[in-house]
Amino acid sequence: MTILNTVTQHDLRRHITNEPHGRSTLNTMAEPPPSSTPSSPPPSASSPTSAAAEKPAKPVTGKRTWQDVVETGKRADMPADLWMRCPSCSGMLYRPTLEQNKFVCPECNHHFRITGTQRAHMLCDPGSFEPMWDNLLPNDPLNFVDLVPYKDRLAQESKKTGRPEAIVAGKGFIKGRGVVVACMDSSFRMGSMGSVVGEVITRAIELATDQDLPLIIVCASGGARMQESTMSLMQMAKTSSALAKFDDAGGLFISVLTDPTTGGVTASFAMLGDVIIAEPKALICFAGPRVIANTVRQELPEGFQRSEHLVEKGFIDRVASRQDLRSEISRVIDYAGK
Amino acid sequence: MPPHTPPTTPTSPNSAAPSPSNVHYELDFERPLTALEQQIAELENHDPTDGIDFTAEVRKLRQNHTRMLKKIYAGLNGANTVKVARHPGRPQGADYLRAFVKDFCELHGDRTFGDDRAILTGFGRIGPHKCMVIANNKGKDVRERLAANFGMPHPEGYRKALKKMKLAEKYGLPVVTLIDTPGAFPGIGAEERGQSEAIAVNLLEMSRLRVPIVAAVIGEGGSGGALGIGVADRFAMMQYAWYSVISPEACAGIVWKEANPTNNVAAAEALQLTAESNLKYGTIDHIIDEPLGGAHRNPSAASDSLEKWIIQTLRDLKRFKIDNLLKKRDERLRRQGSYIEVPV
Repeated sequence: MTILNTVTQHDLRRHITNEPHGRSTLNTMAEPPPSSTPSSPPPSASSPTSAAAEKPAKPVTGKRTWQDVVETGKRADMPADLWMRCPSCSGMLYRPTLEQNKFVCPECNHHFRITGTQRAHMLCDPGSFEPMWDNLLPNDPLNFVDLVPYKDRLAQESKKTGRPEAIVAGKGFIKGRGVVVACMDSSFRMGSMGSVVGEVITRAIELATDQDLPLIIVCASGGARMQESTMSLMQMAKTSSALAKFDDAGGLFISVLTDPTTGGVTASFAMLGDVIIAEPKALICFAGPRVIANTVRQELPEGFQRSEHLVEKGFIDRVASRQDLRSEISRVIDYAGK
Repeated sequence: MPPHTPPTTPTSPNSAAPSPSNVHYELDFERPLTALEQQIAELENHDPTDGIDFTAEVRKLRQNHTRMLKKIYAGLNGANTVKVARHPGRPQGADYLRAFVKDFCELHGDRTFGDDRAILTGFGRIGPHKCMVIANNKGKDVRERLAANFGMPHPEGYRKALKKMKLAEKYGLPVVTLIDTPGAFPGIGAEERGQSEAIAVNLLEMSRLRVPIVAAVIGEGGSGGALGIGVADRFAMMQYAWYSVISPEACAGIVWKEANPTNNVAAAEALQLTAESNLKYGTIDHIIDEPLGGAHRNPSAASDSLEKWIIQTLRDLKRFKIDNLLKKRDERLRRQGSYIEVPV
């Protein structure tokens, strides 16, 4: 009996082969296949053909070993990424089960990071999400060049994620209640906020203001985007100003904070929710743990800047697991009478 | 800027009383000037009784000096602008308060946690205008700097600023903010007391504050820490101040993977953090001229320049009905950013 799994674990892809004798060997792939970069969240479905293409080339040794002996046919049919390891409890997870469980580890309740598109469809009633503003594209006003030009970075991210920018927004229904939803996409340049993200969020706020709809923003961002300098910074003021008008109009804004919500995003709309709900153990901060550790030169306490810690300090209203998010949101909408 | 202001060295009697920290402070890109300055000083201190007159030589040297200074400051790049903005002799918030805010009545504390010395707030009179002044402060000597946390505010600083702005709103006084901070403080206490929440609330509340707001970056405009008191109807930068989403060092550390002098220069260049670039991209409205060679060479000229702009701007803003002003403030923020909209 041979089982072949390709396991995705953040920055390491492991190829585990169980020998007939039960001994296991561990091979670390030197180079991940180009179709799935290490930082990208696991694709939602992988066909058997792509799985076959992703397999590493067998080392040519000339000598046959027990490792090479597999039941013909079975190995090629086994889709890659069918199993994965939970980074928190190290449990082996069957991908379809994980997907059914909304990318939450059934063993330890670890919330995997998901893309903006997955989030939007997960949050809204099936088939009800209607994406908007996908015609807004980033340009490179500063001609920013670091190690790689910003334009190239954008093209690369866009190819990787299939999205024009780090945001998915539009209209939808949550348990039958009409809402405006904006989901940040941490798979695209760590969800950083540049001009496009700021603009889409502002338009979402304005749409919610005009149509008197509840506004749900799911935050997942590394902060303001450096490559657009002061223009990204101004998106903080732009979104906050739009929220002020939404607030004046009596709108309901539910801010959902997911892992990670940091920097300029936390210091603007993320923390301005009428109700702020966070997913368990999400990193939520202004300055990242490494920056703080460098400033204060001391070990940070366990669980510092995680959702539960922020509830304790009084900065967020509720911690809700991904399974409960839809019912939590619809309950708040009902109480607010929106 | 007066084109032929005689340049003054930091040690000359024309500049503000030199604090111990700025006497021997030399910017590396100004090194060619140092020899010339020494020569001028030597000739000027020459005993006039021995019959030799050096006036002509001194005049010539001074002309040379001015020419070099102009050349250096005309082509000041991002990294050197940051150095000028951080010059210890550069006038700070407290200096400007002393220089042109008459009858400053400081109001301390956020009524919740404490009094942050990195942001000074209080009633004051600028020219003919009664206003609420909010100024970052960094401190001049070690004791002051520690008290002001090197100009990096904690959440209580932002909350104090907001409390005082609300007070100004109640009595219809315009708000003037002078920004000079490397950034909001990244520490455990600051995080636990809600640094991000404090800044976020300031952004929201300032965007709808029903009095005119005038803001100027007088030195460093470090990211959210600067914006936290920087949502305004008119936003200006002093000529050699910097304003960006992140400090060049932090940017180099993240994007270039290592903050070393070479990368810092590259980051400062890439971020386009100078007043000129910011004006070009529409993130600021105006550049306040500084005396030749930067505000640290002639603080009183710098403060005159800043005062003039504030008085002028306040006069302009007071003409607007407050609803129109709010609309304009909103429009100003609304057009920020640059993106491509593909027709659908």
